[in-house]
Amino acid sequence: MESHLVPSQTEAFPMGLRVLAVDDDPTWLKILEKMLRKCSYEVTTCGLARVALEILRERKNKFDIVLSDVNMPDMDGFKLLEHIGLEMDLPVIMMSVDGETSRVMKGVQHGACDYFLKPVRMKELRNIWQHVYRKKMHDVKEIEGHEFTCDDLHLIWEAGFEGFEKRGLLTCEDKKRKEEYSDQDGSDQSVAKKARVVWSVNLHQKFVSAVNQIGFDKVGPKKILDLMNVPGLTRENVASHLQKYRLYLSRLQMQNEDSTLGNNRRADLNPKEPPAKPDLKTSPQVEQSTTSKPSLGFGFIAPESETQPIKPTSHFEEDNKVKRKTSSMPPLGMLLSFMGTIPSAEIKPSEPLTPSKHPNWTGGLPLVQFMQYPKHDHKWCDLLGDYSCLPKPDLYTSEPPVISINMQNETGDLLDVKPALMDCIKAISPLTCTVDGSTLGFDRLPSIKGSFFEQSYRHAEPGLITGSDLVPLPEDLNLCSSLQEIGCFENMGLMNSIDLFQTEVESSSNWCDEFELFDYPLIDECLFA
Amino acid sequence: MLMICYSLYLIHNLVLLRYHLLDCYYIEKSNRMDYVNTRRQAASMRKCLFDQGYLDEQFYQLEDLQDDASPNFVEEVVTLFFRDSLRLMANIDQSLDKCAKDFNKLDVYMQQLKGSCTSIGASKMKTECTVFRDYCRDENIEGCMRSFQKLKREHSVLRQKLESYFQLLRQAGPIECATRPSK
Repeated sequence: MESHLVPSQTEAFPMGLRVLAVDDDPTWLKILEKMLRKCSYEVTTCGLARVALEILRERKNKFDIVLSDVNMPDMDGFKLLEHIGLEMDLPVIMMSVDGETSRVMKGVQHGACDYFLKPVRMKELRNIWQHVYRKKMHDVKEIEGHEFTCDDLHLIWEAGFEGFEKRGLLTCEDKKRKEEYSDQDGSDQSVAKKARVVWSVNLHQKFVSAVNQIGFDKVGPKKILDLMNVPGLTRENVASHLQKYRLYLSRLQMQNEDSTLGNNRRADLNPKEPPAKPDLKTSPQVEQSTTSKPSLGFGFIAPESETQPIKPTSHFEEDNKVKRKTSSMPPLGMLLSFMGTIPSAEIKPSEPLTPSKHPNWTGGLPLVQFMQYPKHDHKWCDLLGDYSCLPKPDLYTSEPPVISINMQNETGDLLDVKPALMDCIKAISPLTCTVDGSTLGFDRLPSIKGSFFEQSYRHAEPGLITGSDLVPLPEDLNLCSSLQEIGCFENMGLMNSIDLFQTEVESSSNWCDEFELFDYPLIDECLFA
Repeated sequence: MLMICYSLYLIHNLVLLRYHLLDCYYIEKSNRMDYVNTRRQAASMRKCLFDQGYLDEQFYQLEDLQDDASPNFVEEVVTLFFRDSLRLMANIDQSLDKCAKDFNKLDVYMQQLKGSCTSIGASKMKTECTVFRDYCRDENIEGCMRSFQKLKREHSVLRQKLESYFQLLRQAGPIECATRPSK
């Protein structure tokens, strides 16, 4: 169809769709390649999952969608699926001979957009562009939901559509929308007025408490929705949020299981954290950098952030600085391709920087993640090494060692305003963790966590939630680690025994472990690529 | 006298010419017949493969994919399949010999082979793969071995048939050849 007509604006879209096909079976690979070419798509084939990941990392924004087999010898298809979702946030379609419901469900759970049964038919392949388009629309809507200034939004839109426009893939509708936004002037509200769910801290808290009430195992979007009783919230919103939340928790659990990792590793990883600071224009990128801030960073960010008004441009520099300083843990989270998961608390007072998942067609996000900031290494090590004084005094405003979790305040008020970060900061500052793990406020932890979640969910559009989400908490790795340790809300009890320093260490090691979980060599490669 | 000789000569030439022309005609006809025959043979062989359940729907899909850009697509894919399936079957052989009780591994290999079979529509082989996997699930090593032998036979039968088929196709060649008289 499209291939033979002179592409009009709307018809042009699926043509030239850049597909990466991964399958260990050479026969199938050849057939898929031929079929995709017949659909007028641009195909790249790959026989190994690891190679596929490398390709994707290398050419981050050069692909729109990935088709992958489930059973591959070198890496489980589901694992690859997760990696791609986390690192590149590309839509992934699974394929397999085996069409058992449980497998299909597993695929969907891990974030697959679709599941094809082999033998795959041409008509199925012709429709894969829908997933790409849908994701783009979804991401765009998310951005709309944030309170961006017009300029920022424009930038985001530009970045988002850049790839598409270049290839003539923007539809009329998209272009119109784009113009719409560029015409608007300065009013944040107009953007925010678009109907879209923003998972604020409050909302997330409600969500989490609903989940707890129902029981984590029996939870379902409908039940949660009913319990939350929030007008305007749809079951879909809850479902996608729940999915992200689940992924996040499973990540946490994985982190908790691993225990030790040298600081060195972390040091290596740190560099990654601050995403493209220089590139403030791309909000997602910036966001990532900010979000990845480790809890450590948070500490000193707080005081600074407070002074920072929400000014898009100037912020960036400051944020960057702050981030750099902290850089330790969060980067890990980031690194692991948690797309901008770290709650905004970390940073961003300026909204523009916090778009959750920016529809990054150009794959800017991934780039950001793996940027290298060598100078952070030292800082990070220092931080880790010297818990007693907590990070550099200049970095942290919070009182060192003993910090009591002052949950009472503001957990509820966290972050409603634009700068989620602001809120977090506010929330954080009074936040302290008692070394002895006083139980006070543990029940509030979820809310804190919630705030982070909120940020992270917001950012981790594709459900990238990872332990790094927790990180944002400035003050303490301790807090973060506690949160991590908590894993699920059920484990609150753990907090009691958490020693500030220990948790810090643990959290650090958790961070490291996290990295380990995800192919150090690859990460290193990326870092130093 | 001279006139008679001359006319005899002319008649003789005419006759020769007529036979010559007839020869050409017949040769051309037989070429065409050859071509037609070969193609007919190929078509009937193909039909047989489908009717007897050696090939299924997927093979049609492959044929549809063949076009000017890849005129030998089907044959290429089939060749690739047989090469790769040999490798997979060697793995299974080895696994059966060395660690006969490792049913998980056997199942994984067979899953791969089954996936491969679906790529060209090797229907009988695919069925046998399923049988093998059932035996694996039941941990019936005897059954597995029997099934695997059968699978190897199916594999070689299919290979022979498809090789002959493609050979016929190559002989028949592109349609243009049939109209050119060849000596």
